[in-house]
Amino acid sequence: MNTLPVGDVLDLFVHFLMLSLLSIGGAMSTAPEMQRYFVVERGWIGETDFSTAIALAQAAPGPNVLFVPVLGFQAAGLPGAAAALVGILLPSTLLSLGVSRWGARRRDTALVRAFTAGLAPVTVGLVFATSWLLALPFVSAAAHRNGALLLIALTVLVTLRTRLAPIWMILVGAALGAAGLA
Amino acid sequence: MRAGSFSGTISLLSSHPFSLAPPRMNDPATPRPVVQRPVIPRPHPASPLALFIAFSLLALQGFGGVLAVAQRELVDRRAWLTRTEFVELYAIAQMLPGPNVVNLSLMIGDRYFGWRGALAAIAGMLLAPFLIVIALAASYERLAEFPAVAGALRGMGAVAAGLILAMAFKMLATLRGNLLGPWLCALLGLTALVAIAVLRLPLAWIVIGLGLSGWGLAHWRVAVLDAQARLCPASADTPTPSDPAPGAQP
Repeated sequence: MNTLPVGDVLDLFVHFLMLSLLSIGGAMSTAPEMQRYFVVERGWIGETDFSTAIALAQAAPGPNVLFVPVLGFQAAGLPGAAAALVGILLPSTLLSLGVSRWGARRRDTALVRAFTAGLAPVTVGLVFATSWLLALPFVSAAAHRNGALLLIALTVLVTLRTRLAPIWMILVGAALGAAGLA
Repeated sequence: MRAGSFSGTISLLSSHPFSLAPPRMNDPATPRPVVQRPVIPRPHPASPLALFIAFSLLALQGFGGVLAVAQRELVDRRAWLTRTEFVELYAIAQMLPGPNVVNLSLMIGDRYFGWRGALAAIAGMLLAPFLIVIALAASYERLAEFPAVAGALRGMGAVAAGLILAMAFKMLATLRGNLLGPWLCALLGLTALVAIAVLRLPLAWIVIGLGLSGWGLAHWRVAVLDAQARLCPASADTPTPSDPAPGAQP
């Protein structure tokens, strides 16, 4: 963790305001650009710090966009974390609020009905792809493949067949992993 | 002509993502509809505070991503949304810039309590996880030395992947009533899957390219279905989201 002059924190904030509007499909789609900005252009953090930020956000509870304030924190402490989070969210949030209200007023028009129906199958395909990409690192490590596959299958079964809250499955996964079984 | 009997039928079902809340009484930005839809009683949050708490609780369970937990809590357990509403809201959230689950929270909160609801849902989604992840980042150097910590993270990651996979299967079931029909749905969905998981194309290309294709195809289907409804008024009120896909018709 470092500290940066106020001018640099402001620069970070403005840069993230701009990235916010480009982050179609989620903040992760702008990760390569953030890496370029933080590591290459500014040299505020190292390459390993960048990977650590993403891994921490994956491991901690909450949306994956929280890797963004971790980057800000690594570069400039708490002010950096706040600037990064508010910057990446503010423009996209205002735009989304406007668009969703606009759509709500026209919900019965052919265009809006077609929009939601036409995007649904694409979304389902993307969620299958996400599960594949998330499972890949666990399944490709030979030492842990069987345990990970079993844990994934068990999670799918319990989720589809019961109403158990996800936190219990996460805790079981953590316990099995800590014991070296997954 | 477009807003014919077919779309009128849809609005009565109260199953569209844009009609999931009871009408708001005190929001001047939303003109009241002239024809009052029958409001089907269903569970809903009592206040912005209830939204904040619900979204905090689901965010704190979301290891490796919140989406699967959001589906579990909002659809399966609290029943604030149906599966179809969730998929369609998420589809819109995905098309817009910004983190998908934040956009989703915002849209759900806004439907119930206007901007206060949107703010409550986003704050619930982000506040507690933000504090936790920053605390983790501050103490990461010391934690990473323990092999048990690395193992626990791996186990949690596998469960997170399983949660997303289960959600994908549930979302698949909602496509049954999609007006595109089964073949076009399969084509769009499989193309998205291959483009991301195998070809590793940038997400923005896929969301924009396939999203616009799906939108165009669905618009064409709406026109065809509306034309059929005009030619054959008896079948005009059959298509509902729970019916078999309209693509099954010749």
